[in-house]
This record gives sequence, structure tokens and C-alpha cells, in this order.
Amino acid sequence: MHNEADHNAHGSSSGISNIKLGMWLFLGSECLLFGGLISTYMLYRGRVSQGPTPSQVFDIPFTSVSSFVLLMSSLTMVLAVSSAAKKDDRGTTLWLVVTALLGATFVGGQVYEFTAFKSEGLGFGTSLFSSSFYTLTGFHGVHVTVGIIMLMAMVGIIQRSEFPGSKAETIEMIGLYWHFVDIVWIVIFTLIYLIPV
Amino acid sequence: MSNAGYVRIALILGFITALEVSTYYVDFGPLFLPALLIMMSIKFVMVVSYFMHLKFDNKLFSMMFYAGLILAIGVYSAALATFKFFLN
Repeated sequence: MHNEADHNAHGSSSGISNIKLGMWLFLGSECLLFGGLISTYMLYRGRVSQGPTPSQVFDIPFTSVSSFVLLMSSLTMVLAVSSAAKKDDRGTTLWLVVTALLGATFVGGQVYEFTAFKSEGLGFGTSLFSSSFYTLTGFHGVHVTVGIIMLMAMVGIIQRSEFPGSKAETIEMIGLYWHFVDIVWIVIFTLIYLIPV
Repeated sequence: MSNAGYVRIALILGFITALEVSTYYVDFGPLFLPALLIMMSIKFVMVVSYFMHLKFDNKLFSMMFYAGLILAIGVYSAALATFKFFLN
């Protein structure tokens, strides 16, 4: 029995999966999107005419823990992809759910952080720093949320699937997206949180 | 790559993150910025190479991704330089 990945790979004239090629092209273009948002923040981070400055609001221990949570979600995601490749649907479902939970923990932490910042007087329009900060981290948070929706949808699809491991390539694509969201946070955490203005 | 290999990579990533956070509390002097950027780059490359399997996959995928990444770094470095960002 051929799985979906084999079918797609052999169906293309290049011998490689068109879906995977498209996904990598999409991720390459996402570098430009986040690059623009990160550069805008770097340019505006010191522009605080009113309201708190970055060093007054950032809670490094809290953000470090949520960064660690997102990093570990990459491990659980790769274990899901590995299980899918072995046609182990039970293991795949387990690791997908754990990844979604870790992602939800990260997003929950971000909502808490935004709420705390707002209560400290840092609204979206307070300063150029706050606008660029919320836009960048908000865009990233939306990406994580979309990832969680894809993970949970995949869990539902696997439950209905008749053939074990038939969705291996789709899970691999979701994995690529998830890891990309993680590497974007690796950059954001260092450049935005750890490097002082 | 085996599951144990993935766990090893995750442990290394966790250790580097701890080192990164330590730079916020310990004074590394002039090494602070280069050390942080190097650690960030190592984490980035490790996730892309091992978790995203780019190291073991078709080189065309690497080209697609790194072309976008290098283009982004080039374009936005030029944009930031226009605003004299690197002179501050």
C-alpha cells in the first residue's frame, strides 16, 4: 500500500513532493513578513513619548518559561511526525494533543502578559514601542493559534481515517509550520526581550 | 533520526535557552550581544536542521527557505541602515 506522501512525491516531475515544496516556499515568504515586523519593532522600541518603557514592563522569568514551553512543543511535534511516519495513529494523536496543549499554554501566557501590560498603562496606541510590540507579538500569537486549530483538526481527521499513517505528509506539513512558529519566537525572544533598549 | 535523538536536541535547546536567560542577570560585558546572537543562531539552525529535517531533506527545500531568509535579512538590514539604526 502506498501512502499519500509517496503518491505526491512520485506524481511530480521533479520527484519531490509538490506540497512540501509549496510549504517551504510559503515559510520562506513568512520570513519576509516577520522580518518586516521585527525590523519595525527594532526601529521603534526606543520611541516612548508616554507610558512605560520595555524594561519597565517586560517580565523575563515569565517569558523565559513560556519560551521554554513553546520550545518543548517543537519536541512533541517532531515526535508526532515520527509516530505518523511509523503509521502509529495512537502515538500521533497523543503527541498532537500534547503539542496543542503546550501551544495553548503559550498563547494563554501571551494573553496574560498583554493583560498585565495593559493594566500597567501600555495600550496599543500608547507609543510607537507599544504599537510595534503588540503588532509583532500579536501576529506571532495568531500564528500559534492557527497552528493549534490545525493540530486539533488533524486529531479529528485521524480519528475518522480508515488507513493508519495515511495523513503522514499532512502532519509533516503542520509540523513544518509549527517549527517555523517556534523559530520565529526564538528570534523574538532574543531580540525583543533579552536585548535591552 | 531516533526519538532519543530528538530528545537530546530538545535538551540542548533548553540548555542554550537557560544560558540566554542567564545573560539578562549576569554581566557578560562586551561579549553580551555577540553571545546572545550566536546562541539564537545555533537554536535557529538546530530546529531547522533537525526538527524540520532540512539537513536530511532535498537541497531544493533548503534553497527555498534560506533564499527567503537571506532576502529578509538583506532587505531589512538595508532598511534599518537607512534609518541609521546600526550607528546608535
